[in-house]
Amino acid sequence: MADQERLYVSTRKGLLTYVRDSSGWKLADMAHRGSPVSMTLPSRDGRTVLAALNLGHFGVKLHRTEDGGKTWTELQPPRYPKVETAEAADDKAPSVSAIWSMTWGGPKGHVWCGTTPGGLFHSRDNGDTWRLVDSLWNHPERQRWFGGGTVEPALHSIAVDPRDHKRVAVAVSCGGVWRTFDGGESWSIGSNGMWAEYMPPDMQGDPVTQDPHMVVQSPSSPDVFWCQHHNGIFHCTDDLANWHQVKDVPVSSFGFAVAVHPRDANTAWFVPADRDQTRVPVEEKIAVTRTRDGGKSFEVFRDGLPQENAFDLIYRHGLTVDDTGMRLAMGSSTGSLWASENGGEAWSLVSAHLPAIYAVRFASSL
Amino acid sequence: MAHVIFTSHLKHVAPGEAVTGTGATVGDVLADVFSRHSALRGYILDDQDRLRVHVAIFVDGVHVRRNALSHPMTPHSELHVLQALSGG
Repeated sequence: MADQERLYVSTRKGLLTYVRDSSGWKLADMAHRGSPVSMTLPSRDGRTVLAALNLGHFGVKLHRTEDGGKTWTELQPPRYPKVETAEAADDKAPSVSAIWSMTWGGPKGHVWCGTTPGGLFHSRDNGDTWRLVDSLWNHPERQRWFGGGTVEPALHSIAVDPRDHKRVAVAVSCGGVWRTFDGGESWSIGSNGMWAEYMPPDMQGDPVTQDPHMVVQSPSSPDVFWCQHHNGIFHCTDDLANWHQVKDVPVSSFGFAVAVHPRDANTAWFVPADRDQTRVPVEEKIAVTRTRDGGKSFEVFRDGLPQENAFDLIYRHGLTVDDTGMRLAMGSSTGSLWASENGGEAWSLVSAHLPAIYAVRFASSL
Repeated sequence: MAHVIFTSHLKHVAPGEAVTGTGATVGDVLADVFSRHSALRGYILDDQDRLRVHVAIFVDGVHVRRNALSHPMTPHSELHVLQALSGG
């Protein structure tokens, strides 16, 4: 297993690449300087990288490097098909307003991409061309999705089953969890058991109106999923048949990010925050929590993290773990970047002066 | 032939100097320009070929705020395509 000593940090002002040496993480490269980078997808070897930009004036753009960032090529980003009806000029006809998720899809060159307003796209050629997954976009239940933190629904989590790449789960804020067993030909709901405190009492159990902030699938036991939901942590051990809320969560049950251990499905990390009315760290102190027993108990880690006057939030793609389960990185809404080498028990500050961080992802050294 | 000038922010995809385009409306003139500079299209128009919200259109010194793509053009018009400051 190659050491993952390369870290891609997607920020409000560009794509920053950090490389680790004996003295820690060092900034090695900056690409797309000044442009908001909403998501980055590196290949395992770190050479091929897709970077999604969200330009304030000129829309969503997609760039790819195949030499680890030395040179970049602009690609055609995912686009919604033109609506060729009388409603074509309707402001509600879809247009990609952000790329929120990108995941390799199994066969070489296959990529899944999640967007606002809630569309899923697929590429078979490393992002050169994209097609909208019509079966999900045209699913009648999609009409009931709504925005959560964004005006439009956002498809932010994509999990490709390591046993079978045609089994894919996606999560939407707010539209619940959806699952295909046939590579995207058909979809069924996968958020039974979740509940939503923001809905009227008799609608709280509706799986289609859930706000799963982030969903991850265990690579080692793919029947197991973890979810940091808007109003709690949920756990699933039966391949999305049913979710169960984790009780007695320390610090706070609110948050955005979750990461699961690559080899132990019972181990997962969370970064709690004060609940949705305020969205700041609890008592302005940053904590990372870890369960190692499937949510029965949690440890709370604060070593190396600010314990006063901190307003950093770790958004849903701002926490990641490497292939060993020991190295983690997290980046915050206020531009702090931390790394851990011991499973999250202690953290070291890489920088406190970065732009807002949207996503962090590891890759191998070049 | 109308003259079209793009903001320097688009210099990596736009012609560096004023270009000419033909058409009876802003949309027609831009379509003519896009036929020769295809990379520009997605920067100015969204997936439904609507003008992007934070792109500003000026025709002959007038900031066209509504239905800009249907705004009439003359063969002597000057069209500026700029970034709207509303976009940051």
